[in-house]
Amino acid sequence: MKRQHIGVFIEQRGGVLHDVGLELLGKARELIEVSKGTVSAFVLGRDISTHSEDLIARGADTVLLADSSALEPYRLLPYTSVLAQACKTYDPDILLFGATRMGIELAPRLAARLNTGLSAHCMDLRLDTEGKLLQMVPGWGGGVVATIRCPLHRPQMATVMPGVMKKLVPTKRSGECIHLDVREDFQGSGPKVLEVHIEEPEEMPLEKADVVVAGGWGIGNPDGWTILQDLAALLCGAVGATRPPVDEGWVPESRMIGQSGKTVKPRLYMGIGISGMSHHMVGMDESECIVAVNTNPNAAIFEVSDVAVVGDYREILPPLLKEIRTRLPEGRTDTCEPPQ
Amino acid sequence: MKRMIVCVKPVPDPKAWDRLQMDPVSKTLIREGIPSIINPLDKHAVEAALEMKDLFGAEVVLLSMAPCDAYPVLREVLAMGADRAVLLSDKAFAGSDTLATSRILAQGIRNIGEFDLIFCGNFTLDGSTAQVPSQVAEFLDIPNVMHVCDMEIPNTQSLLLTQKIEQGTVKLEAKPPLLLSFTKDANKPRYISFMEILAAEKREIQTWDNANLNIDETLIGLKGSPTQMADLLLQSKQRKGIRLTGNPEEIARQLADKIHQLGII
Repeated sequence: MKRQHIGVFIEQRGGVLHDVGLELLGKARELIEVSKGTVSAFVLGRDISTHSEDLIARGADTVLLADSSALEPYRLLPYTSVLAQACKTYDPDILLFGATRMGIELAPRLAARLNTGLSAHCMDLRLDTEGKLLQMVPGWGGGVVATIRCPLHRPQMATVMPGVMKKLVPTKRSGECIHLDVREDFQGSGPKVLEVHIEEPEEMPLEKADVVVAGGWGIGNPDGWTILQDLAALLCGAVGATRPPVDEGWVPESRMIGQSGKTVKPRLYMGIGISGMSHHMVGMDESECIVAVNTNPNAAIFEVSDVAVVGDYREILPPLLKEIRTRLPEGRTDTCEPPQ
Repeated sequence: MKRMIVCVKPVPDPKAWDRLQMDPVSKTLIREGIPSIINPLDKHAVEAALEMKDLFGAEVVLLSMAPCDAYPVLREVLAMGADRAVLLSDKAFAGSDTLATSRILAQGIRNIGEFDLIFCGNFTLDGSTAQVPSQVAEFLDIPNVMHVCDMEIPNTQSLLLTQKIEQGTVKLEAKPPLLLSFTKDANKPRYISFMEILAAEKREIQTWDNANLNIDETLIGLKGSPTQMADLLLQSKQRKGIRLTGNPEEIARQLADKIHQLGII
């Protein structure tokens, strides 16, 4: 097998790295164990070299830094241009992006400029016997998984769902840091950024929660969410939802799990009043333990559940809350700090 | 403003996706019997174009690459108030991945002629790749913005856009020519009246094949697609569920036991 060069785009906004870049470094490291070769982290922005050490500790052999005031904040056209140039110089066989808002805007534009293939929202990546990338992509709301290949064009590009791959625990590794030359000032290159408005997350981020209590159409009304929130708080978890409650305005869109929402892999997922449409399931079916509560004994979610309860959540959850409270260690409160 | 082009796509109605079958030999999806609807987000793109038209006046042209049976869906979108539609349809287009599809759409846009703005839905329900907007813009060599959740139009020379990101929003100022793709928060698609449905019957739907577009056939369809499907699996559902029985208190106790076993409490 030919030695490979795997590139990972490290997303950052305002100097804060998105976890998905670190997750992809972990995956790239795993893939490179098979084919040998190097893993590069592509980082664009302003004053970002402080991250190099961490990126090497998390699996990068080379950190390619494009440090320029023209690259902060993120703008699509300058980023495309710098990455296209870096790909021509460093010639990665594989180039991975997070399937984030930034990644799904940027990766397709870059793929078109490089005239290569790109697969979207991958749930898994493998190498075939020749070292070519196999990209597992959900389609049709997750009812189908396609394996995509890009046999002739390079780099083989993919966006990967955040939260699917595992970050490596930082270890002491050696690596090199290369500064990319950014000469253009990119003024007037596409839309002007007037303001980046960062909202403080008020609740436990879904993707980081060990426990997710998700509600669906079956919750019936906005008031029903209170008990879900109580249960989630008691278990130091987060509340999630399917699309209908989001469309009804019962919960914000940031809580949506599934193909057009978040992917979660908690230790415990509890689906309450959720029928189990495949669009939702694709975002939670890798949870360690799936518990489903639904009044309909034929609900599709029961087919993928470890524990099934046929019944009305209004009757099941109140005694469950009581039961959990009696088992909590003394002094423990219902509210938990979100993990860092 | 002279012209706005809105890319729209008929997609299989998600309500019928449970009927999706796969041909075990050819590994292709059997779509027969699954009705088509317009991709829901595309209606927001059409609405955005019509709002511009209401303000500044301009021709709104729908563009779609789809099989010929897409006419009824295009008629329905025309009834929202678009002026005409162009359908790109040719056997040579079949099997195109997003890169080849974007190349075909970009050529369709060039064939329509001058434009100020191109609007799309942020993603389609079927493939959900969300790759086509950025790729069409790249082929046309114009800027693009995805995830547009709000648009203000102070004048025809500049647009104020709000882009949704994970951590919040980004405010952008952009000038035509430009391609934008919209999320569902951007606007509320207008209600279609019966009169408009009748009026839409008279509006033109042109069909162009590759004789009209004249793209090198090695760059489109399966041949022109860098990505290939190696395998297709209908998702199997493997977990074997234990059904809890008893009165609510007994069920609650068993559930709490399970949560305890997982080490959560």
